Amino acid sequence: MINLTINRLKVSVEEGTTLLEASRFYGFPIPTLCYDEGLSPYGACRLCVVEIGDEKKAKLVSSCTYPAEEGLRVRTASSRVVGARKMILELLLASCPQSKIIQDLASAHGIRQQRFRQEYEDCILCGLCVRMCEEQMMAKAIGFRGRGENRSIGTPFDIKSEVCRLCGGCIYVCPACQLRCTYTEPENAICGGCENLSPPCLEKERFDNMMCYMDPCVSCEIRKR
Amino acid sequence: MERLKTVDDFKTLQDRLLAERDPHIPTIVIPAGTCGQASGANDLIRVAKRELLRRKLLEKVYLRITGCHGFCEMEPSVLVEPRGTFYPKVSLKDMVRIVEGVARGEVLEELLFLNPQTGKRIEKQNDVPFFRKQLRTILSQNEQIDPIRIYNYIETGGYAAMVRVLVNGEPSYVIDEVKASGLRGRGGAGFPTGSKWELLARQVNGTGKFLVCNADEGDPGAYMDRSVIEGNPHGIIEGMIIGAYGTGATEGVIYVRNEYPLAIKHLIIALQQAHELGLLGKYILGTDFSFDIRLVRGAGAFVCGEETALIRSIEGKMGEPRQRPPFPVQKGINGKPTAINNVETWANIPVIIRRGAQEFAKVGRRNTGTKIFSLVGKIRNTGLVEVPMGVTIDKIISDIGGGPVENAKIKAVQTGGPSGGCIPAKMFNLPIDYESLTKVGSIMGSGGMIVMDENTCMVDVAKYFMNFLKDESCGKCFICRKGTQRMYEILDDISKGEGAVGHLDLLEELAYVVKDTAMCGLGQTAPNPVLSTLRYFREEYLEHINNKRCPAGVCKELVTFLINEKCTGCRTCVRSCPEEAITGKKKERHAIDSEKCTKCGACRSLCKFDAIEVS
Repeated sequence: MINLTINRLKVSVEEGTTLLEASRFYGFPIPTLCYDEGLSPYGACRLCVVEIGDEKKAKLVSSCTYPAEEGLRVRTASSRVVGARKMILELLLASCPQSKIIQDLASAHGIRQQRFRQEYEDCILCGLCVRMCEEQMMAKAIGFRGRGENRSIGTPFDIKSEVCRLCGGCIYVCPACQLRCTYTEPENAICGGCENLSPPCLEKERFDNMMCYMDPCVSCEIRKR
Repeated sequence: MERLKTVDDFKTLQDRLLAERDPHIPTIVIPAGTCGQASGANDLIRVAKRELLRRKLLEKVYLRITGCHGFCEMEPSVLVEPRGTFYPKVSLKDMVRIVEGVARGEVLEELLFLNPQTGKRIEKQNDVPFFRKQLRTILSQNEQIDPIRIYNYIETGGYAAMVRVLVNGEPSYVIDEVKASGLRGRGGAGFPTGSKWELLARQVNGTGKFLVCNADEGDPGAYMDRSVIEGNPHGIIEGMIIGAYGTGATEGVIYVRNEYPLAIKHLIIALQQAHELGLLGKYILGTDFSFDIRLVRGAGAFVCGEETALIRSIEGKMGEPRQRPPFPVQKGINGKPTAINNVETWANIPVIIRRGAQEFAKVGRRNTGTKIFSLVGKIRNTGLVEVPMGVTIDKIISDIGGGPVENAKIKAVQTGGPSGGCIPAKMFNLPIDYESLTKVGSIMGSGGMIVMDENTCMVDVAKYFMNFLKDESCGKCFICRKGTQRMYEILDDISKGEGAVGHLDLLEELAYVVKDTAMCGLGQTAPNPVLSTLRYFREEYLEHINNKRCPAGVCKELVTFLINEKCTGCRTCVRSCPEEAITGKKKERHAIDSEKCTKCGACRSLCKFDAIEVS
């Protein structure tokens, strides 16, 4: 067993446990987008960062890929961690505002605005689908291509894959394409799907049952145009 | 080539080569690295060969083709040994005369290097200010060795260090020596090499260990590793064999980027020759020590220089970094312990063994040994410079580099490539060592040094590096991929005059988050160009944002081209303008139509009268 402290709580976990598993086991929530219990950790979304080490040598690492070490001191919600998470969520909202999961996470972290140029991308390249296809479905039909801003997920040469069994596993795990919010399209601005969340756009009377976490509101911005 | 079966065989060969060598025979040395070949060294070689044949001088004058000597600004150059006469920028006609002169034992006064400061000609290479103020431990070997001839390397003392290690028979001797030398990784991070090897030697794994030479040099403006491999491939191989003996590694990999064809060619030849001589492979020189090296070509991704991505690339997978720990020294190529060192680190190993760790450690302040920098940008003497650790930036720029081009004032120097930062001129008395550079927000990196003068816009510099990084980020980490894209976007806005006051705070906030949360070295250092320019040149950013003005006249959207009263009406600019935006009659002052002008700068670079102003 390995002994470490998480948020000053002394805990012990089995060898090979990651910091994310340990933290969640002891009840410290850590948000993730690219992690799934049945798949190997990847460390792409960086939302799960935690702070380890002391003072000057303290650094942020992705908890899903970092193994628990003897005597390690982990902080899952220090101001540095929360600040980084907020910036990552802001970037996610700026690129992929339609994902309900991302919206909920942003709302839960109190993000009320995003300061970047709005994009409407469908994929956050978390790689869950790639790992699902490879590790659980044993198909390896899709994979990453390109690098940097040209990185994308697909089949080789965009030809329909022969090994794909159309199982839908990739769609099932996708955090960006399930529960798609459509309010960013002006013609169906209100779907009502997020009514149970706060805070709503109170100042916009015409959209009183719409929940929008951004300032300026993406939907309103589109209307204006 | 006959295979050497024992250590004594090697010593006999070495003695024979030394006995056959006559140091008094004049030798024409032509540096023909990639830089030399680009400036025409191949033609010089052809002319020299032809002249030597025609004049039947083959026995009286030797010709040696080597790698780059470092003074790239003056290439194609010729060095005549043993006098050490240095001829810069040699033309084909001059080459004929040089061959004649060497045969007669004459020095051609009018072709010698002209010192711009004193106006006097300098004969000896070592008296040229560029060379005199350096300490060329690694690079000086480039002059003495024809990289495709292993005998040439052996007769200058090559592989003797390896033999000494084999004769000593104690692996711990190697590690102790390297540790005592204080050598730190030359790839950028500066991890003590001896400690890394000690960790590798301690790993118990029955299935073998790897040593890797990281030659995936990708920083814009840096080419020291290329020159070292091209000029002295056997030095790297010898270093790796010594390292393998010390750490118990069984396999070596040299990972070279495919964009270095000459380096690859020289390495392939060198590896083959070392194999044939029995210096590499099974039972080296009849001992029970075996070690083999193979070559892996990089597929062109900058991120593959990062060690975990490099390992994946060697394994044949996509070049993506992974979380450390486990460190490569615990789990590397195919899960086996692996130590990765930079080209320059490997090149230093034979030097340490040959001279002894104490001797090596005497060089340099704070850190030991020498470091090669590639000095490029707005500086008079561009090229490779090798200096002891701890010299000041000023010494490199003013003394060796010869100061600025023309009258422009040097503003800053960028060290460490895209992961490094800009150091302003007021801090040029800073000694160059790992700690000092980190303290001011830059890094040592692999040794790129880009000099910038007042005609360089710092926003543009940051934008350039961010553009490079957003393409070269592997894209695995969301924060690195999007963070670099967003930083580029903001910098682009600022350079177009669309910046807002809040942009700088947002840029800074984003940069710190990217630095904090990215997984690998590339992402963690990616914001450095932005952060260091913001730290030292904030007023330039503010000038762009508040006054919509680019002080250096670089950002196209913010400048206008004008023709002032110095115009003589020569019509050169009229003819050069691709947009036909310049009009004017002969001998009358011309005018630029700012509607049509695309600000390409063609007219400005051609105008002999300084008549084109940028404001």
